[in-house]
Amino acid sequence: MNIYIPRDAAAKALGADEVASAVATEAAKRGLDVQIVRNGTRGMIWLEPLVEVEETTGRRAYGPVTAADVPALLDGKLEGLGAVEDIPFFARQTRLTFARCGLIDPLSLADYEAHGGLAGLRRAVAMEPGGIVAEVTASGLRGRGGAGFPTGIKWKTVAEAQSAQKYIVCNADEGDSGTFADRMIMEGDPFTLIEGMAIAGIGTGATKGYVYIRSEYPDAIEVMEAAILLARGAGLLGPSVLGSGHAFDMEVRVGAGAYVCGEETSLLNSLEGKRGIVRAKPPLPALEGLFGRPTVVNNVLSLATVPVIFEKGAAHYAGFGLGRSKGTMPIQIAGNVKHGGLFETAFGMPLGQLVNDIAGGTASGRPVKAAQVGGPLGAYIPVSQFDTPFGYEEFDQKGGLIGHAGIVVFDDTADMLKLARFAMEFCAVESCGKCTPCRIGSVRGVETIDRIAAGDPAATVILTDLCDTMRDGSLCALGGFTPFPVMSALRHFPDDFARRKEAAE
Amino acid sequence: MSHSTAEPPQRDLHALISEHSGGEGPLLPMLHAIQAAYGHIPQEAIPLIADALNLTKAEVHGVVTFYHDFRETPAGRHVIKLCRAEACQSVGGAALADRVLGKLGLDWGGTTANGAVTVEAVYCLGLCACGPAAMVDGKVVGRVDDTRMAKILTEAGA
Repeated sequence: MNIYIPRDAAAKALGADEVASAVATEAAKRGLDVQIVRNGTRGMIWLEPLVEVEETTGRRAYGPVTAADVPALLDGKLEGLGAVEDIPFFARQTRLTFARCGLIDPLSLADYEAHGGLAGLRRAVAMEPGGIVAEVTASGLRGRGGAGFPTGIKWKTVAEAQSAQKYIVCNADEGDSGTFADRMIMEGDPFTLIEGMAIAGIGTGATKGYVYIRSEYPDAIEVMEAAILLARGAGLLGPSVLGSGHAFDMEVRVGAGAYVCGEETSLLNSLEGKRGIVRAKPPLPALEGLFGRPTVVNNVLSLATVPVIFEKGAAHYAGFGLGRSKGTMPIQIAGNVKHGGLFETAFGMPLGQLVNDIAGGTASGRPVKAAQVGGPLGAYIPVSQFDTPFGYEEFDQKGGLIGHAGIVVFDDTADMLKLARFAMEFCAVESCGKCTPCRIGSVRGVETIDRIAAGDPAATVILTDLCDTMRDGSLCALGGFTPFPVMSALRHFPDDFARRKEAAE
Repeated sequence: MSHSTAEPPQRDLHALISEHSGGEGPLLPMLHAIQAAYGHIPQEAIPLIADALNLTKAEVHGVVTFYHDFRETPAGRHVIKLCRAEACQSVGGAALADRVLGKLGLDWGGTTANGAVTVEAVYCLGLCACGPAAMVDGKVVGRVDDTRMAKILTEAGA
């Protein structure tokens, strides 16, 4: 009997290891023949640890399970959730990128192949490199890290560049609060990222890849490193990928706790062993990237989506979505929500539906006040704009961004002035220091918000002006986008900034 | 990465450095290896690294000080990282952190007088749907409340 107990960090943080060891102990005590599979998470974090027991009729889910529940679980006396696929949160999703996550043993290549893995790479190695790039372009895939740049165009630039060495760099420095999709796929389906990077390498002529994973993700690092070893052993990586004659190999590099290294040029400097200082663009990394060589820098989700595009065809993928936001987006619903987790769906679902319907509103049961979308550099969206459809252009028009598709929900106890101050403080802590608007502006921003808190009405004008300078004058998104949370808080929640004044008077 | 720094295996610095001198961009992997062995980056490592990688001591120092992970002095025997990011704030993370720091009489990055615990800020552990989140000696903990935190602190000997 197979019993699936996730090894995902969120499941572990909620006691999955304790449950796994209790299952092993109890099963031995009863003389049961039990195989424990440490799968990824199905993405319903409020149900973690979510244990699935494989029966002849299929997998039955139980959760959240504690170690104390294990005897009842093995006796068949624990109340279950039925099949995961029937749980509404799961049933309403369109899982393309995350189709296998939580379903398979993340470190079993046989399991991976049995669920559609490697079909994309097999198709790609039979194609001309130009055809590979054209397929990605036709899928409409845009950079999932946040900028939304068309992936095919980036690949084409690298493919056409002439160089003795080119690189594929996977940005797994997922530092945005409210996001965990990169971590989840690396821990739950690492081979899909490896497959995607191999396809990218063959399509662009790059033979070496790096996955730059943040040090805050020790579990993801462990799984990715193990998966790369297995992939190399199986000939999926190495001098001749799947016997195609194309060479591609890759390794994991671990970050060192700098948020700014999620910015691609800063990440490249960090990979080179330097301070993670942002580079001015141009030159584009596609032409002069890692060690000055042509480099594809893509987010985990962009690369992990490539295999399904090749497996099912670009047209299938492009058939989902809204306008120029094609395909599906793994949306991460987090913070003060009843049902938090990963919800992969076609672009276009209104924000309010995601927060109130899918996620069931706040965990505290209090009214929703705002949702921050797109990480610490994303805008605070008030409930009055919850009709905004989830798409790149749609959020841009509302003065926000979808970024890496994290949604952090706040209830009415949230103090928007404090959150605006935090945004500036975070920028000050994490600024690489290269450009003045970010390095100095963030420090002055904290001071100016403190003046507003102390009741200085003139400070609001200064804050607005400062945000304009940061937005227009910063070299990268850290300084350039910090005004999004600050100004959206100020614009939509003026009472949180004004009542201090009244208190002072 | 944060690991308990009790009884570091004192591996020879020269051996560690030469082991990691090959490959592309070796400095960060090298620094991680040194910190894993010593619990911090000892001052005497800087000139040795500079020599091995043909860098100036200032360049190596610049890299060590740029990244939050690398410490120049040893941490306490246990390192507790508390997430300060927005998702954890939305479920009371900031208030929890204030109580922990207040109880221990520390500021961020501080170590208790008995050397048992260092409390550090971390900006997101990817546990945003089960906050407030913490990492204790490299192990993740979700939905941390006062009871759970008290247990963690007691076990760490704070």
